[in-house]
Amino acid sequence: MIQFERVSKRYAEGHDALREISLEIAPDDLVFLTGHSGAGKSTLLRLIMLMDRPSRGKVRVDGRDLATIGSRGIPAHRRNIGVVFQNHQLLFDRTVFDNVALPLVIAGYDHREIGRRVRAALDKVGLLARERAMPVTLSGGEQQRVGIARAVVGRPRILLADEPTGNLDPALSAEIMALFEAFNQVGVTVLIASHDLALISRLQHRIITLRDGQLVGGAA
Amino acid sequence: MATNPAQRREGASASRARLGDRYRAWRHHHSLSAADSLRRVLDNPVSSVLTWLVIGIAMALPAALGIALDNARAVSGSWDSPAQISLFLEAEVDERQASELQRELGERGDIDAARLVPRDAALAEFAELSGFADVVASLEQNPLPHLLLVEPAAGVDPAQLRETFAALPAVDQAVLDMAWVQRLNNIMELSRRLVLALGGVLVLGVVLILGNTIRLAIESRRDEIVIVKLVGGSNAFVRRPFLYTGLWYGVGGGFFSALLVLAALFFLDGPVSHLASLYQSGFALQGIGLIGSLQLILLGGLLGLAGAWLAVSRHLGAIEPR
Repeated sequence: MIQFERVSKRYAEGHDALREISLEIAPDDLVFLTGHSGAGKSTLLRLIMLMDRPSRGKVRVDGRDLATIGSRGIPAHRRNIGVVFQNHQLLFDRTVFDNVALPLVIAGYDHREIGRRVRAALDKVGLLARERAMPVTLSGGEQQRVGIARAVVGRPRILLADEPTGNLDPALSAEIMALFEAFNQVGVTVLIASHDLALISRLQHRIITLRDGQLVGGAA
Repeated sequence: MATNPAQRREGASASRARLGDRYRAWRHHHSLSAADSLRRVLDNPVSSVLTWLVIGIAMALPAALGIALDNARAVSGSWDSPAQISLFLEAEVDERQASELQRELGERGDIDAARLVPRDAALAEFAELSGFADVVASLEQNPLPHLLLVEPAAGVDPAQLRETFAALPAVDQAVLDMAWVQRLNNIMELSRRLVLALGGVLVLGVVLILGNTIRLAIESRRDEIVIVKLVGGSNAFVRRPFLYTGLWYGVGGGFFSALLVLAALFFLDGPVSHLASLYQSGFALQGIGLIGSLQLILLGGLLGLAGAWLAVSRHLGAIEPR
């Protein structure tokens, strides 16, 4: 589903964020991406999201070489990928419902369909009762679950998460991971960047480890 | 959560919306953006009214000057046709011969009126108007000739008529008083261009003011733009609400400019008709009317869109998820 072929990313100031990374993530896989901060986890996710382009090498998503996607094609590419951020990236002047509905509004769904899907997504993350709440009134864990609902509401085939449990206590982190596992079980390819080794090593999934932009484990 | 392959396939295909749905959703997002932008504009009434006033004043100025010019043209239009030809008669022509000539000319079809100014009357008028009464009184004889003032009939070329009269034996000099008409026309043309130039500058100003207002709106919603782009919002999707914001500012500004022009006309109407009545003229100020007001509002809307487009194309592309 996601393939990296000898991908390097060097930033303008000369810093090598990724060096010769080759890896493959199969459909239906749930993979953790780990390494200390600055090891290149975020850069790897950014390349998949087309927030950045590789300096060398090839990235394929769902069989498509991302180099063939021009700047006009980026929005459509991103609509096929759900993303969860460490800092949630919610719109604080809109309700939980409107936040979750955003990808569907962008994709151009009928408003009845939007209502149905948003409620389904909120139900999955256990926040159906809070659909009219404003994000500020929610706890950190709840805000993160809103972010997850927004990421999955468009039923993407790929779900990316960048430190989704970064600010949460262990119990909430485990809950969030359980949610990701549940989405993976219905066929979503999940890639989670996390440095919470204690948590992810308990979960029995493949772990890709980066160090200074190089792959040190889990490439197969 | 149970899994089966059929469910998965459905999940994947259902993630694409149908074309008809997308068109409906596109229209829906337009009305949503329009309403949301209007709500944001109305949520800050003080700053919005100030923006509207700035735009309104900038648009009202050239509009009012244009209307003043139209009115001046309407007044001067009634002066345009009757150019006057002054016939200075030969010195040896006496007053009886002069009035004979006046009668002859008066019978011609190409002349509306011919008026005789006898040399004594002309001298008396000169003495009175010039203040040289003493000098005039000391003259032994009147140096002025008799004068015939001729108004050509409508549709007659006054220059050609002047040639005809100049050839008459009794006429010493025939002078066509066109110079002031030409001067007036030149002044009118100059004013028209000044108004156009001023209008152009102020229109540019309006576009820049709106562009700056939209730029600030974009800055204040930077986080939102980043999030929308992250979840796959196209540039058109992000642009839309800001274009509507520009439209609302422009339409409001156009409305205010029409109000200002109407107020100015109302303010001037009384004195102008009083002045006109003093000159026995039925002249009345021409207003902008409903069509003119609507044109101002439409123009405001277009300028608003132009300003918003300027700001959006300059600043929106720079906001990318980092």
